[in-house]
Amino acid sequence: MIKGALPWQPGSADPPSLATPGGWHFFTAQEGATVEAFVDRLIPPDPETPGGKDCGCAVFIDRQLAGPYGRNEAYYMMGPFQEGTKQQGPQSAATTAQHYRNALVALDAACREKFGGKAFADLSDAQKDDVIGGLEVGSFKLDGVDSKEFFVQVLTDTRNGFLADPIYGGNKDLAAWKMIGFPGTHYDYRDWIDRHNERVTLPVVGISTHPNWSK
Amino acid sequence: MARKLPRKDVAIVGLGWTGSILAQELTDEGLDVVAIERGPWRDTATDFLISYAQDEWRYRLQHELFLRPAQTTVTFRNNANQTSLPVRNWGAFMLGNGVGGGGVHWNAETFRFLPSDFVLRTHLTQRYGANFLPADMTIQDWGVTFDDLEPHYDQFEYLCGTSGTAGNIKGVIQEGGNPFEGPRSQPYPTPAQKQGYGHVLFAEAAKQLGYKPFPQPSGNLSQAYTNPLGVKLGQCTYCGFCEWFGCANYSKASPQTTVLPVLLRKSNFEARTECEVMRINLDSTGKRATGVTYVDSSGTEWEQPADLVLLCAFQLFNVQLLLLSGVGKPYDPQSGQGQIGRNFTHQTMSTAVGFFDKDKYNFNPFVASGAIGMCIDEFNGDNFDHRQLGFVGGGYIGQVRTNGRPLESMAVPPGTPAWGAKWKQALRDSYLSTIICGGACHASFYSYRDIYLDLDPVYKDRFGRPLMRMTIDFHDNELKMSAFLTDKYAEILQKMGATQVVKQPRKGPYDVTDYQTSHLCGGAIMGEKPDNSAVNRYLQSWDVPNLFVVGASAFPQNAGYNPTDTVGALAYWSAKAIRSQYLKNPGPLIHA
Repeated sequence: MIKGALPWQPGSADPPSLATPGGWHFFTAQEGATVEAFVDRLIPPDPETPGGKDCGCAVFIDRQLAGPYGRNEAYYMMGPFQEGTKQQGPQSAATTAQHYRNALVALDAACREKFGGKAFADLSDAQKDDVIGGLEVGSFKLDGVDSKEFFVQVLTDTRNGFLADPIYGGNKDLAAWKMIGFPGTHYDYRDWIDRHNERVTLPVVGISTHPNWSK
Repeated sequence: MARKLPRKDVAIVGLGWTGSILAQELTDEGLDVVAIERGPWRDTATDFLISYAQDEWRYRLQHELFLRPAQTTVTFRNNANQTSLPVRNWGAFMLGNGVGGGGVHWNAETFRFLPSDFVLRTHLTQRYGANFLPADMTIQDWGVTFDDLEPHYDQFEYLCGTSGTAGNIKGVIQEGGNPFEGPRSQPYPTPAQKQGYGHVLFAEAAKQLGYKPFPQPSGNLSQAYTNPLGVKLGQCTYCGFCEWFGCANYSKASPQTTVLPVLLRKSNFEARTECEVMRINLDSTGKRATGVTYVDSSGTEWEQPADLVLLCAFQLFNVQLLLLSGVGKPYDPQSGQGQIGRNFTHQTMSTAVGFFDKDKYNFNPFVASGAIGMCIDEFNGDNFDHRQLGFVGGGYIGQVRTNGRPLESMAVPPGTPAWGAKWKQALRDSYLSTIICGGACHASFYSYRDIYLDLDPVYKDRFGRPLMRMTIDFHDNELKMSAFLTDKYAEILQKMGATQVVKQPRKGPYDVTDYQTSHLCGGAIMGEKPDNSAVNRYLQSWDVPNLFVVGASAFPQNAGYNPTDTVGALAYWSAKAIRSQYLKNPGPLIHA
């Protein structure tokens, strides 16, 4: 019951948890290698900006799959489950983490069959690109897995990892924000609202590298 | 068995904008008021802290401030021939949760509806003839007029400190404002916000095309402001993290920054958070509410007796509680009879993306606020002649880009591969020089006989209660309108100097995964008589006179504007009727 005053208490704030460095939380070593190889073809390195792997996109996906995101914790997960129209949205009883696990197993199996026993991570870049392109259009089939859906899932998660705040494990050293020209979470752009068509020269900052951060 | 609590004068369901305003007004009258809120307490210093509020993944993508579908959701189908399935994760709309409701995460666009919007059927019929409207369109007059509401729009805007340029003061058109707006009694409380490069370019191009651009009325304040309750708001810092986020700077109007600091200090008010109302209790006649029953966070059920019950939840949940409590007659789309669930509407959104030469244009899209931007109103409501167009309705068109948040700003030119080196290069080249603006054409959604809400026969919430079922699709009228507005916006983007413009008019079918604003309306609409409305012009239930149902659930159809200013005005209008009429003589304010 709240009555008589604003119920504020010091120390009750709820800051985000920072992704911890180190080994995989969700992926097996083999799955981790597959996803690192995958994200590095979706966002390949170039002379100015590292690729998906060095930016930590696989780490981002791993930490997310190990948490509420992977468990679909916010979703309505009561049955009955049945397929609907595209407009009705996803209706799967499986969680995002389960989908990943199934698809990564199926991806390696399909690669081994097609490429003389080689797993996805061991393919040449050109072969990886062929596989990814095949997943994208649905021509590279995975056993028991909708390959197009899996492609969209990995692509979406990789882009989000690349461009989300580095506290989640991707966008390492703010590489993606530097690449696009987003100066980050400055909080106060009053000095810039009138400076039209001018490149903002502030240093690029994220939540945990901003002076406001106090955790 | 519910435990019975001591009686209160007033029980309010939901402590968002409308609940806060009504509680403030009725506690001023000396009444003992309790607000029962499903979600948690939220305040700026704890929940939208300056050091971490700007977290796009957490708040935008993971919906941290919102209701979770795991708590409750709705089911959806395009038409009555389909099997309705649950919305398992939010997409087309996002429902607020907790103290402050949608007033926490909104962008704070603070538009009034047009005078003609309130008498829509009469106005359109007089201008075009009765046969001009589609036969299944069920639009109607509100039972309240713009003139009735004007003082209350004013009240809400002065509560919020809204920043804007008036277009019409007491009938005199004002330079730089929206010349189409209804007459306002006084200027906005604070001047319009500053604008970014893209917004200014839009205004210049619109002027060259003969339009009259005006700054979007904004609840992100251009300067510090003290409202009539004595609550202080700060100046907006153009941080670009407004919608989906709580404001860490006390510069976005929300119940937290305008009403609650005063309300919570009153001895005759209390809030119970994380308490979910199960139903409105009725006496044996079914014509009088005796209070509400709710479940607290420990699972304990409580009965709260009250003389007056105010439903102030989100639109969907106002309608759901009426249906679950047996108030009024459920709508039947076959016969057209019954009022609860009828005239459900949403919004018709469309846009175009403008790609500009990166060597000449740098828009710094991240320097922005939630309701920044320049708009035109030439194509809203019935501000233009529809005779040759084959549709009615319209919307404002604006360059109202609110942010450059990276996860929402990945537009690349058509033909770019979705991945690989070319995608990466295109993103690098496009981010600063592209105008993306999801809300560019913000248009009406009129009501139809086959768009409605009822209780789902299969899917249940965590308490075992039926979920709401929405049956909704776009009709040709709205799709034609959207194509028309999108063309107009695209012309302005061209005039601004875009090298490539990609139009994205709204297409059917209605897709529950595709964000369309959270402006769900109707289902418990207001009107002139009980056979065409659920509540009277004061938002009082026709069936249960000591029950008022407040919010966008009362809109008979949705206009081409954001709804909050009208929701706030209706809350004050209803509060005035309760204070000045109902309390003196509790009973129906309108005799049917």
